[in-house]
Amino acid sequence: MELFELTLHELLALHRNNQASAQEITDSVFARIHQVEDKVKAFISLDEENARLKAKAADVEQWSGKIAGIPFGLKDIFCTRGLRTTCASKMLENFIPTYDSTAGARLNEAGGLLVGKLNMDEFAMGSSTEQSAFHATHNPWDLMRVPGGSSGGSAAAVAAGEVPFALGTDTGGSIRQPAAFCGVVGLRPTYGRVSRWGVIAYASSLDQVGVFAKDVEDCALVMNLIAGRDPRDSTSLEIEVPDYTAYLNADIKGMRIACPREYFGQGVDAGIQDAVKKALAKYEEAGAIVEDVSLPHSEYALPAYYLVATAEASANLARFDGVRYGLRDTQADNVVDMFSNSRSQGFGAEVQRRIMLGTYALSSGYYDAYYLKALKVRRLIYEDFQKVFQDYDLVIAPTTPTTAFKIGEQTGDPLTLYMNDILTVPINMAGLPGMSIPCGLLNGLPVGLQLIGKPFDEGTLIKAAYAYEEISGIRHLKPQQGVI
Amino acid sequence: MALTSKEVEHVAWLARLNLSQQEKEIFAAQLGTILEYAGMLNQLDTDGVEPLDHILPVFNVFRADQVEPSAPREEILSNGPLVEEGQYKVPKIL
Repeated sequence: MELFELTLHELLALHRNNQASAQEITDSVFARIHQVEDKVKAFISLDEENARLKAKAADVEQWSGKIAGIPFGLKDIFCTRGLRTTCASKMLENFIPTYDSTAGARLNEAGGLLVGKLNMDEFAMGSSTEQSAFHATHNPWDLMRVPGGSSGGSAAAVAAGEVPFALGTDTGGSIRQPAAFCGVVGLRPTYGRVSRWGVIAYASSLDQVGVFAKDVEDCALVMNLIAGRDPRDSTSLEIEVPDYTAYLNADIKGMRIACPREYFGQGVDAGIQDAVKKALAKYEEAGAIVEDVSLPHSEYALPAYYLVATAEASANLARFDGVRYGLRDTQADNVVDMFSNSRSQGFGAEVQRRIMLGTYALSSGYYDAYYLKALKVRRLIYEDFQKVFQDYDLVIAPTTPTTAFKIGEQTGDPLTLYMNDILTVPINMAGLPGMSIPCGLLNGLPVGLQLIGKPFDEGTLIKAAYAYEEISGIRHLKPQQGVI
Repeated sequence: MALTSKEVEHVAWLARLNLSQQEKEIFAAQLGTILEYAGMLNQLDTDGVEPLDHILPVFNVFRADQVEPSAPREEILSNGPLVEEGQYKVPKIL
């Protein structure tokens, strides 16, 4: 067994017992990256020299942080001081932040070693990582397939053993969907649980930072590091952060699980429905109570989401004007042309499409019909979950309607691509925590089990996810084909 | 139903995007399809439903009004595409 194949907690145990130095771990991770990266293409930028320097310092100075000497990756949406941060856009191709995101800084302070910045759909707008302005990322389980998106680089890198863990962001499913496609654990915490400071904004009422990990224990360890109030993000709440590793016990007797029938409807692959039902049966055998419920407004979440998210995006992306940072058209002789040319040269097609949609939804004459209507529907979706959570501890459903699709298969019609998010966006609209764990394989590709919790109750998700690992024996899946 | 070319041009103007004729035509059709799909929201009666902007129980968040050091100007300006004498340079506005 090589070091790059191990989980975070396995590496920490070895490191603690002086059986693996930071440099040995880092060597192994970079050897793996150089071995598979031309096939997977998970990264936009590598920071090998710095990571190796830090690994040496961690060994020599005997760093004592919680993840001292352990490499990790960040989605290229997290600002990194002195290290190019592109958001996978031509707009930010040469942008070098002057500060670190809070979540990234917390990992640095805990002694983690950033190895590089991971690929994504441009400005986090997409479900396949094909919308990156630089290159597509390939699913380690089948290189002809997408890793999902928008945090596809993060998911693929963890699945391929290129990093022990990574951070991503989830606005409409961008952690859970790629985690499902790549067979890794992905947690999107409650809106307000993790600071968004220094994370380039897509839709500010929906965005949340979260974790990609090889197993549930690793996920709990990383959550312990990144969760909690940050004075720089006024939406990060002053709510006690529990020790998430305390939830790593499999006693789920009497746990009340709701299974929403709307998530097993038309468009959701029969094989996926079957895999999730089997997982629910395992929970029942282990003593949980599983009951069917209804979340009646589920089908309206997707259209409402695409109006709210794009409206917020159109406002957030107004800052890219060619003045203070980013691409600038230097030919224009008046300022309005300079703005418009810079933006159209810098943004890719999907980003411009979403800006257009959001601008339309907010424009005079359409605001009430589209944007306000969507916010009202958002409350109905929120109330659906509130009702269910009066009687249940968590909701379990499929993460995605299909397994990973082929590269190029869904690039034609935008609406078809948006449909991938049908099972994940309701959670963002309601601000809830959601998690995807692998629950089996379908035709050799991973299937994601989605766990949805009460606000700020990530602990119950971690407990239920850990229990599934224990009762199913499915933990830390590794590709059997593709990138081995 | 596709948007009219006039509508697309108006929205592109509001969004400060410079679209080619071909892009305008593609967006007119695609946005029309997406908006038609969004029209399903009208199946729901939302009279009397309060819009939900965000889910947090917080509204105004204040902090102490203390002066703290900000990032050095040179550092901030280093990402500016066109900088002169410590300022961002843009085409003539007036």
